[in-house]
Amino acid sequence: MEATCHRFGAASARALADEQLQQALRHLRGNFVVRRAQAAARLPEFDSLRDAARAIKDEALEHLDLYLERFAAKVEESGGIVHWCSDAAEARAVILDICRGLGARTVTKGKSMVSEEIGLNDHLAAHGIEPIETDLGEYIIQLRGETPSHLIAPAIHVTRAQVADAFRAAHTDLDPARSLDEPATLLAEARDRLRQRFLAADVGITGANFLVAETGSTVIVTNEGNGDLTQTLPKAHIVLAGIEKVVPTLEDVATILRVLARSATGQEMSVYTTLSTGPRRAGDRDGPAAFHVVLLDNGRVRMLGSEFREALRCIRCGACLNGCPVYQAIGGHAYGWVYGGPIGAVLSPAFLGLAAAPDLPQASSLCGRCEDVCPVRIPLPRLLRRWREVAFAARIGAGRSRVVTRAWVWLARRPRLYRLLTGLAARLLGFAGRREGAFRFLPFASGWTATRDFPAPEGRTFHSRWQQRERP
Amino acid sequence: MTGARETMLAEIRRALGRESSGPAATAVASRLAAHPAGPVPARARGTRVELLDRFGLMVEASAASIAKIASPTEVPRAVAAFLARHNLPAALRLAPDPALTSLPWAGTPTLSISSGPARPDDVVALTPAFAGVAETGTLVMVSDPATPTLLNFLPDTHIVLMRGHQVVGSFEEVLARLRDRYGEGTLPRTVGFITGPSRSGDIEQILQMGAHGPRRLHVLLLDDEAPQA
Repeated sequence: MEATCHRFGAASARALADEQLQQALRHLRGNFVVRRAQAAARLPEFDSLRDAARAIKDEALEHLDLYLERFAAKVEESGGIVHWCSDAAEARAVILDICRGLGARTVTKGKSMVSEEIGLNDHLAAHGIEPIETDLGEYIIQLRGETPSHLIAPAIHVTRAQVADAFRAAHTDLDPARSLDEPATLLAEARDRLRQRFLAADVGITGANFLVAETGSTVIVTNEGNGDLTQTLPKAHIVLAGIEKVVPTLEDVATILRVLARSATGQEMSVYTTLSTGPRRAGDRDGPAAFHVVLLDNGRVRMLGSEFREALRCIRCGACLNGCPVYQAIGGHAYGWVYGGPIGAVLSPAFLGLAAAPDLPQASSLCGRCEDVCPVRIPLPRLLRRWREVAFAARIGAGRSRVVTRAWVWLARRPRLYRLLTGLAARLLGFAGRREGAFRFLPFASGWTATRDFPAPEGRTFHSRWQQRERP
Repeated sequence: MTGARETMLAEIRRALGRESSGPAATAVASRLAAHPAGPVPARARGTRVELLDRFGLMVEASAASIAKIASPTEVPRAVAAFLARHNLPAALRLAPDPALTSLPWAGTPTLSISSGPARPDDVVALTPAFAGVAETGTLVMVSDPATPTLLNFLPDTHIVLMRGHQVVGSFEEVLARLRDRYGEGTLPRTVGFITGPSRSGDIEQILQMGAHGPRRLHVLLLDDEAPQA
């Protein structure tokens, strides 16, 4: 997928002005955020499970080579084939080869962010193989020619009227006058349409939530059941997964499952969690004859050896997106690549290079909600701050912000001068703003005051109040 | 392919700053062999009666339904009653498992019965479970010649026969039973954890049932643990 992260500023301004998008994003807060909090509250062990989940992912990453070796050996033992791909182009080539070898014309797909990462659909289509997304949200955005705007709710930016328009445009054999006002009608139409595609597909491609080293199993988690139909009906099942998805044992899967759905949708468990181990066995009455696992690096090994390793713990639940005030305001597309929200602001610079996504680490108020809800406790604010330091040191980013930062650093290293100047500024602004309580315009701060008021200080700095022990 | 594999593994080791063998390999091997459990929620513990009750409540919380029966011979009537109550077609596809096909189906002549793997037009399936999890109301299904996978996904209505002794408290207990049956480090082709009927919230976050899998999920819980009268 082509990255447009460098246009974050313009894209977020467009997102804020997009009425349809703002209407669609309103559904986010009342649903995922509230339900996650309720699910966490229902399980007294939730926080200790988060600690355990973090420890499991750390253990897997610390011994990634050994667990991957064991995983691959077990896949091969069960009759599957493992492909080791260092980048997107290699993974695309391997998958195209498998499809061609089977004479595939259509390929059904379960939801996979890694597939977006490597631009698989365009590659298959360019070579005459039709990819069909089967997750309802993915199907909708595929019809609209879009990319996902959320890790688990890819069409969260789309209103039902827009879904109806997309279906009318795509399903031209149906009565154009049919009613498509209700979500239930839309779902029924998609189910019927996709059922035919499931039955006709030659190859099924899914992602993986986990790769289990102990047994060589791949694990998918869905609510719709589309992943299972995708991987069971066709002649071949291809699993496409980042190498960081490996976990040691089945017990580790059980532990992480306890935090995954609760963090994602607030369910106790997602509806379908399926462990797949190898192809169809002797005597089996259904299931794929061939089972391939495509293991993708694509920048992950580099992250493993960097100070951003902790971001590889991510289990793609979406909780950090849902809680983020920035994501809530602009949605996922403005982030410009596959992964949006706080985790995307950490991952995109790591995968694409900071120069390609210079503004993303700035797209955060560092309020810390993302870390508060992360099921594997990724210190997202710290990692975002770290990217800001890297950007400053490497002279990446807007010149004006660099000048201001440098001036601030100079001042902050001179405590007496700092106190004098901030004390003056607080008194001056406090005096000037005492009637209105806020400023509609401030010199040098038009970037702030163009879209919101700047609250007037009370007249004294935090430092001086702290010194006089005015502690709360 | 070996080249690509060795290259990636070497790069990973370089990133981690460590050799392939030595204490790390021993530690990993023993962790895999010991497969230690994480924190198991307290709700997964209890007496048999408590666990069966919790299983029933959690099944219902997942938007599935559950009915208790006292003997396998009641299965045909319970299935017929469920289908009639919901005004569903009386055409039943059975998993090709003798435990199901040998039931007294002749007693319910209104049901049309067939058995085998799922066909695209099958509307109701009855399949046996491997285990049930009280913690979440999850049904555990394994694939083998007698239990083809697609019966759990293609038909619009899925009915599952669960025996009381198959219900355990936690996922870890299910894993222990899987290892007992299939051996350490080995699984059947698919192990499916099913928690409720298929659903999607992808259109405006409004929950809709029956996305691609079954719209209805019904559990027949066979009480095979009560003392015989």
